[in-house]
Amino acid sequence: MDLDFTDDQTALRDTLRTFFGKESSTAAVRAAEPLGFDAALWRKVVDLGLAAIAVPEHLGGGGAGFVELAIAAECLGQSLAPVPLIEAAVANDLLASLSDAGSSSSGARDARLESLTARAVAGELLATLALRPATGDLARLVPAGAVADLVAVLRGDELLLLRQPDRGPATPGGAVHNLGALPLADCPVDTEHALVLARGPAAVRAYRRALSRWELLTGAALFGLGSKALGIGVDYVMQRKAFGVLIGTFQTIQHRLADNAIALDGARLLAYEAAWAQDENLPTADTSATMAFLFAAETAFKTASEVLHFHGGYGYTLEYDIQLYFRRAKAWSLVAGDSRAAYARLAHHVFGTAQAQAPAPAPAPAERAG
Amino acid sequence: MDFREFDELASHREAACAWVEAHVRPEWVEEQRRSGTHQTAELHTLLARDGILAADWAPEYGGSGVDPGFARAVFDELGRRGLACDGWSTTSMVLRTIEHVGTEEQKREYLPAALRGDRLIALGYSEPDSGSDVAAAKTTAVRDGDEWVINGQKMFTSTAQLCSHVFVLARTDPNVPKHKGLSMFLVPTDSAGYDIQPIHTLGGQRTNATFYADVRVPDSARLGGVDGGWGVMHVALVHERSASSPGSDGGSLVRDLAAWARTARRPDGTTVLDDPLAAERIGRMAVDEEVTRLLALRNRWRAQKGDLPGVEGSMWKLFATEAAQRHSSNILDILGPEGVLAPDAAGAPAGGRFEEGFRAAVVGTIYGGTSEILREIIAERHLGLPRNR
Repeated sequence: MDLDFTDDQTALRDTLRTFFGKESSTAAVRAAEPLGFDAALWRKVVDLGLAAIAVPEHLGGGGAGFVELAIAAECLGQSLAPVPLIEAAVANDLLASLSDAGSSSSGARDARLESLTARAVAGELLATLALRPATGDLARLVPAGAVADLVAVLRGDELLLLRQPDRGPATPGGAVHNLGALPLADCPVDTEHALVLARGPAAVRAYRRALSRWELLTGAALFGLGSKALGIGVDYVMQRKAFGVLIGTFQTIQHRLADNAIALDGARLLAYEAAWAQDENLPTADTSATMAFLFAAETAFKTASEVLHFHGGYGYTLEYDIQLYFRRAKAWSLVAGDSRAAYARLAHHVFGTAQAQAPAPAPAPAERAG
Repeated sequence: MDFREFDELASHREAACAWVEAHVRPEWVEEQRRSGTHQTAELHTLLARDGILAADWAPEYGGSGVDPGFARAVFDELGRRGLACDGWSTTSMVLRTIEHVGTEEQKREYLPAALRGDRLIALGYSEPDSGSDVAAAKTTAVRDGDEWVINGQKMFTSTAQLCSHVFVLARTDPNVPKHKGLSMFLVPTDSAGYDIQPIHTLGGQRTNATFYADVRVPDSARLGGVDGGWGVMHVALVHERSASSPGSDGGSLVRDLAAWARTARRPDGTTVLDDPLAAERIGRMAVDEEVTRLLALRNRWRAQKGDLPGVEGSMWKLFATEAAQRHSSNILDILGPEGVLAPDAAGAPAGGRFEEGFRAAVVGTIYGGTSEILREIIAERHLGLPRNR
């Protein structure tokens, strides 16, 4: 048992805290709205190699793991950094693992995939992941879909990599105005320009794995967001007076902040346990990621909304920063769907029998014939 | 990072299990439940005979030389089988306090006898008018030559019906701030003027009110300095917090419920787990349980590193007990009308353990620091907010 970071991890956290604190001030966050993408910051994030730190070194990545990525996600969350680091990291990891598997198996190399993977890992292309399977010819509300060059999406039992020739970090397109100021967009599934990454159970498995990695990293980011919101709350109640005293002396405010502090500690432990479980390839890694995501989402939103409330009327104004946290606390998790449905699925994964687990999409007829 | 916990008791578990198998009678569990007394005299005698009580003590005070790991594994195994040793838990807290602050005579008087199984000590802190504000105790101890005369009443003196002594917090100086005029006494329960009345609780446990009318004890019954009782009690509290058994997850009502929900069927033939309303709540409870486990893991990690028990202990206690209350209530809801069936009712799900658990969970947020006191500790020490009382 060792619940501490290594010295390297501590150094990484300190560096990234400083980096995001400087590069993603709330002024910068506001300036990036409504699109929610800061191209210059993205360039810097790419130059630091953050989107590929978990990709193996022989594929051009940093050779680190999900604990390091979770650290980056936490720091991103604290500063609400308007860059799709989590989506890109997860998509790069997915591409790298498929490309690696292809090159190591007998002759099934896919030069196109290898080239796209190399360019994504190098930061020349921005890849993202659709959080829900495509319906018909459309992947709906894809995170970073407005700024991504590449979109990984499951359709039926095929895992596709879409190219978006007219969209990218320099040429945002299709963005829809939304609560969290996220560069969300619908992405057309144009099979002519799509690369089939995997088919059948392997495709579903790879997609699920990527989703759970997105969940754990988003959980870490939401923990970061929530911890910063708590800090804003503590600072505010220690400045604001009512009835002649600091409102931070009121027991009802103290107790609610204390509850949020405990839940945030829980969210942090869950997020890093989930990251560690991914790095260790444990069978519990996926449920651990879902737990980290759900608990962090609830905790971040409760913290941000209560702290907004403690601001009184000022919390309702756009001028105070807490609204930036409040909106994202809801939106960052909601893009993955209703959390209550996710809790129900989780119960089946943790306690259900094998056949009671969430049903896999039915294989396509061609696959069945093959 | 590494979230795997090495089971330091692993090498003792088989032997501990064999000991429990050979000595424990299954009816003791039922007897504890029926009587509400969470201590079994026969078991205590056996634990003493085989040196398990005295495992972690120096030989000059009666230490047995039995491996402390084995002893902890035995208590762990007893807990798994639903057998409580509450009287011994309070006793060992007081024994550790005697070890730290007692005189040599006191150590020789109390430690060997207790480790032989001949002494049990109950805690006499709370009173009718003071619980969380324990320093407001009104029970008095007045000096009379070489003796002290104690008058007052203590509440929730659990297992005192089996105890040889009560560890009494009493006011020895009414003219100074409340924390500075308290002393601690070991009061024999066979003293003239001592009386006990049972108090029955919602969870089925029996506790007591104990009464002290001109009870005389020698000055040698005083533990720690005159008016130094607050500090002495804090030594005992540290041992209360560190007493939480490592690795024991206390059983999981949620896991038991999920096992039930997987097979129990609704009138239309679907399982309870198929019902998304039930599944959602079960999923939520699973997350809460994992958070509870991780907060406890962090406490053990801190202890392993040699850190003092701090605000993290309060965080765990608050989260764990409030989650347990939410869960026990949700579980009854998921059971539906049968959730109301008590352990002795025919057809009670899981033999009524859920209904019993619902009643018992109530006390979690009250004893050992109420949720409100713990929130205050966290607000002050963790968030740096001002003291408000």
